[in-house]
Amino acid sequence: MKKSVFFGTVTAAALMASGAMAAEGDTLKEVKARGVLNCGVNTGLVGFAAPDANGNWSGFDVAFCKAVAAAVLGDQTKVKFVPTTGQTRFTALSSGEVDLLARNSTWTFQRDTDLKLDFIGVNYYDGQGFMVRKDLGVSSAKELEGATICIQTGTTTELNLADYFKANNMTYQPVNIDSNAEGEQQYMAGACDAYTTDASGLAATRAAFADPENHIILPEIISKEPLGPAVRHGDNNWGDINRWVLYALIAAEEYGVTSANIEELAKSSQNPEVQRLLGTTDNLGGMIGLDADWAKRAIAANGNYGEIFAATIGEQTPIGLARGLNAQWTQGGLMYAMPFR
Amino acid sequence: MSETDAQTTLFVRDTMLPPQPAPDKVSGPLLWLRENMFSGPLNILLTLLGLSIVWLVVSTIGPWLMHSVWNANGMAECRQIIAERYGPDASGACFALIRERWNQFVFGFYPPALYWRPVMAFTLLFFALAPILFMDSRKARWTVLALASVLGFLCAQLLGADGQTLIVITVAIVLWILVIEYGRSKALLLSLAYPFIGMWLLWGGSLWVEIMILAGFALAFLAFRLTQPMLGLIALAVAAAVIGVWWYFLADPAANALEQVIPLGLGKVPSSQFGGFVLSITIGVAGIAMSLPLGILLALARRSDLPIIKMLAVIFIEFIRGVPLIALLFVASLLLNYFLPPKVEFDIILRVVIMVTLFASAYMAEVIRGGLAALPRGQYEAADALGLDYWKAQRLIVLPQALKISIPGIVSTFIGMFKDTTLVTFVGLYDPLKAMSDTVRATFAWKGAYWEPYIFVGSIFFILCFGMSRYSMYLERRLKRENR
Repeated sequence: MKKSVFFGTVTAAALMASGAMAAEGDTLKEVKARGVLNCGVNTGLVGFAAPDANGNWSGFDVAFCKAVAAAVLGDQTKVKFVPTTGQTRFTALSSGEVDLLARNSTWTFQRDTDLKLDFIGVNYYDGQGFMVRKDLGVSSAKELEGATICIQTGTTTELNLADYFKANNMTYQPVNIDSNAEGEQQYMAGACDAYTTDASGLAATRAAFADPENHIILPEIISKEPLGPAVRHGDNNWGDINRWVLYALIAAEEYGVTSANIEELAKSSQNPEVQRLLGTTDNLGGMIGLDADWAKRAIAANGNYGEIFAATIGEQTPIGLARGLNAQWTQGGLMYAMPFR
Repeated sequence: MSETDAQTTLFVRDTMLPPQPAPDKVSGPLLWLRENMFSGPLNILLTLLGLSIVWLVVSTIGPWLMHSVWNANGMAECRQIIAERYGPDASGACFALIRERWNQFVFGFYPPALYWRPVMAFTLLFFALAPILFMDSRKARWTVLALASVLGFLCAQLLGADGQTLIVITVAIVLWILVIEYGRSKALLLSLAYPFIGMWLLWGGSLWVEIMILAGFALAFLAFRLTQPMLGLIALAVAAAVIGVWWYFLADPAANALEQVIPLGLGKVPSSQFGGFVLSITIGVAGIAMSLPLGILLALARRSDLPIIKMLAVIFIEFIRGVPLIALLFVASLLLNYFLPPKVEFDIILRVVIMVTLFASAYMAEVIRGGLAALPRGQYEAADALGLDYWKAQRLIVLPQALKISIPGIVSTFIGMFKDTTLVTFVGLYDPLKAMSDTVRATFAWKGAYWEPYIFVGSIFFILCFGMSRYSMYLERRLKRENR
């Protein structure tokens, strides 16, 4: 740091012009030269991104960062996880502090255009729901007239809640909270009748309660929250790489390519789509500035989309999320990888 | 006559009765209670109210603390243990979380094998402070030094420093103590060099980089001394040019070359791995150390007779005091990145330290200006009458008295600033209070723990801040000269 300190202060003004050009530059080249992928993640969200006691990150979003690192750098451990808060995440991306933002961010019009982000796809379809105590005797969100509701301020959930109650001609008393932990505490202490946040978060919260059986998640999902990784506007090749890593993970599940059988399939698979995906035929990687094995490495890192889902947030984990909308399109979900051709 | 008397007197007391204790109503605890707690209807009411509040708090928190569990792998297991031990309806604290994750609250993501380095940086901090803070009391100084070295050594050993490192540590400690005891002025030089030693221990890399930075100061000083007779004040510019050229062009190659010859490297630890109290104390200590001199300069500038200097100081102080710290932190973390080229990695912790320092120095300047204003005008005039120039008058007459008056205010600013370091959570750094707690809770096993991390982190903050406050009272007592 010492060196950068002085260089930074002294040369800031002098290098500004060249700096402006470099920001538009070639992210792939930069990442390769650096040898490390800077990946913006949540500072801590159960199942999606969290460090363990030794500081090793794991989770659903973290697995995507690792897959990209495996594809680009050939080593899934070459990721520097940059924790970002709700306030800092987009600026961190546009200022170049991170190369990729995999931080359960909702893909919206304004973020895609005005904030100059490129969402490369959706890795989790979420939606906002409600949790209430069972003894409240409520079975639908439509019965929440006049209820006190714990709501995190400064998020889209706050706006969705207002929209939903307005559309249904109902009133509510907001209890403003700052973080998920505080929300749980307020809800448990009885400060509010209902707690609202993304359904995935509600499921995790409920599963961590001492008495999950006394709480129910209401069936209504009042908003669309397509969560996806994002990159900066202006570097289309880097965006393509990230997008197709995501599609590779999803396609691998569709074609039954798993981290266990990937070596075998790479040698023996007769399916032309799998052959192209794993680089056995047609060098697709060459078209995006990578080698032929890029997708193979990405899938081998932590498995295909289904494996990652099952290992981090799926029904076998304590969080216990069902696939639902996030199932393959062949299974009635929305996960649909574009063809590898 | 006396004979008859002797015969008629049936009883003569030959020993005194032992004194009776005073009745309960006029002494002892009952009197104390009556005088202090129940001396009138209003006070009786207030006492009862106070007692009921205390009872309410204790009866709510008491059992929860009494039922605490220190050995478990997760909240679910904690709840199960509490239910087994104290019945199904009992609630209890789950301090097992602290037991498992204490290292993250203290060290953040610092590599576990290198935990001894922040520990030593913290220990040596007391070495650097001892000759400054405990100048005239050998007893206090020795107590602090002995405690610091023993605890530092033990911690380093427990945290897995290897034998060779421990020997180096011991030698360094002993040498430094010798310097403090037998070479006062050299000890002060070492204290001045401490920030660089601390930086080296915390971030690692080659010690030559720090040495070369220090060499820059030495060269600039030399250039100033050599050219001053010829150039006068322009020598300052020469010195600045020398230091700039040295740092920008020569320091780095020189450090690299020297590192090749005599390697003095430690493994590098990037700022992103800092967190918890290591981060808070790093920012706090750096901010405190730099904001005091800066604050003194600003206070003097604000009272200066030179209009431009005075105006600049006023603008700076009023601007900084008018802007929330969080706004400054956002500027540091986000806005600066737009102006810096991507290749230049301007360290985030350094950016935050600069902002925190500027923020604290503005407040410090006002506190010290209060001290300067409280000094009788006669002192300034006396200094002038002695024929001292401005800087000598400030250094020898004005500041020692003004700073003494401002000690409580200065220490409050320090304490406030130290607690404000938790705000760095908003720029994505892992402060111990919020970011680290939320991160620990993000592991499913500890989801649902709410108060435990706050209690743990809060108690450590309390100990550190209380220590600072006690030191300021000690210093006030020692410096109370006019009442002797």
